[in-house]
Amino acid sequence: MAGLMSRASEITQAKISKLLDRAENPEETLDYSYEQQLEQLQNVKRGIADVTTAKKRLELEESGLQQQLAKLDGQAKEALQANREDLAREALTRKASLQAQVQSLDQQEEQLAAQEQKLIQGEQALQAKVEAFRTQKEVIKAQYSAAQAQVKVGEAATGIGEHMADVGLAIQRAKDKTEQLQARAAAVDELTASGALEDYTAQGDDLDRQLAQVSQSSQVDDELAQLKAELGQGSGGDQGALPEGGEK
Amino acid sequence: MIVRLMGEGQWQVDDGLKARLDELDAETERAVEAGDEEALHTALRAMHEAVRGAGEKLDHAHLAASDAVIPPDDLSLDEARAMLAAGEEPFPDLA
Repeated sequence: MAGLMSRASEITQAKISKLLDRAENPEETLDYSYEQQLEQLQNVKRGIADVTTAKKRLELEESGLQQQLAKLDGQAKEALQANREDLAREALTRKASLQAQVQSLDQQEEQLAAQEQKLIQGEQALQAKVEAFRTQKEVIKAQYSAAQAQVKVGEAATGIGEHMADVGLAIQRAKDKTEQLQARAAAVDELTASGALEDYTAQGDDLDRQLAQVSQSSQVDDELAQLKAELGQGSGGDQGALPEGGEK
Repeated sequence: MIVRLMGEGQWQVDDGLKARLDELDAETERAVEAGDEEALHTALRAMHEAVRGAGEKLDHAHLAASDAVIPPDDLSLDEARAMLAAGEEPFPDLA
């Protein structure tokens, strides 16, 4: 078994031979190779667009999580003000778990950005090579005898074929990565729907309900105390402290 | 000689670098066999750095083929295994 460098060279060579074997004569090789180059340029442009879409989706997901984090912060504060340390703890526990998700999203965004950058570089280089190849193609067709052309065509097509193989791998890797992200998002959706995973981002969940109950009951207590005061019953020591709880 | 760093471009380097690259290439092989992704990345990164540090980057419009092709330095263990296997899996065909 050889190392990765030897294998990468071997594989690239095999791909190029396959490409060149398709054509029967030098002129056909030039035209066919050029066609494949234009197609590869389209492929890499599509690859870049796909990665950009995947990146946007991750960013959206992250901004949703950030909103939820801010909400949990507020809820923890509210719960403490209502002397419900248990609920505050619950809110902060969820916050910690969401923060871990945000971190993992950040990492994925970074990976995608790196792949996008490689694709963009690959596209620029391919564009420049295709231009150079097109010029050379015309020169070869016009100036060389069939025997000389054979060699020149082989050189030019091999050089650009190698870059096409390189860009091809970058496109494939980016595609694998975006598919992985899609599969992960689908799996999370499925687990959430089946109830196996708590959806902390759902509206009106249990924590919301409990906090609402706390504020409702303190409102009720306040009103009760007010009513009692009006009716001249407020002198009972145990009710007197309640109105403060609602406001502070 | 001309070396391609996949995903980055081509460099013109001194022929003397070949021995060092072969040494590091053997390390990639050992890392894959041992299932050690960190060692794999270390070896690949060392290859990339050796080429970038010792060579001159070729213009994008350059059409020459390379004498050596070095895979991306963030190749995963699975991708490396697929590359070393006979099936040429991670590379799509050109035509």
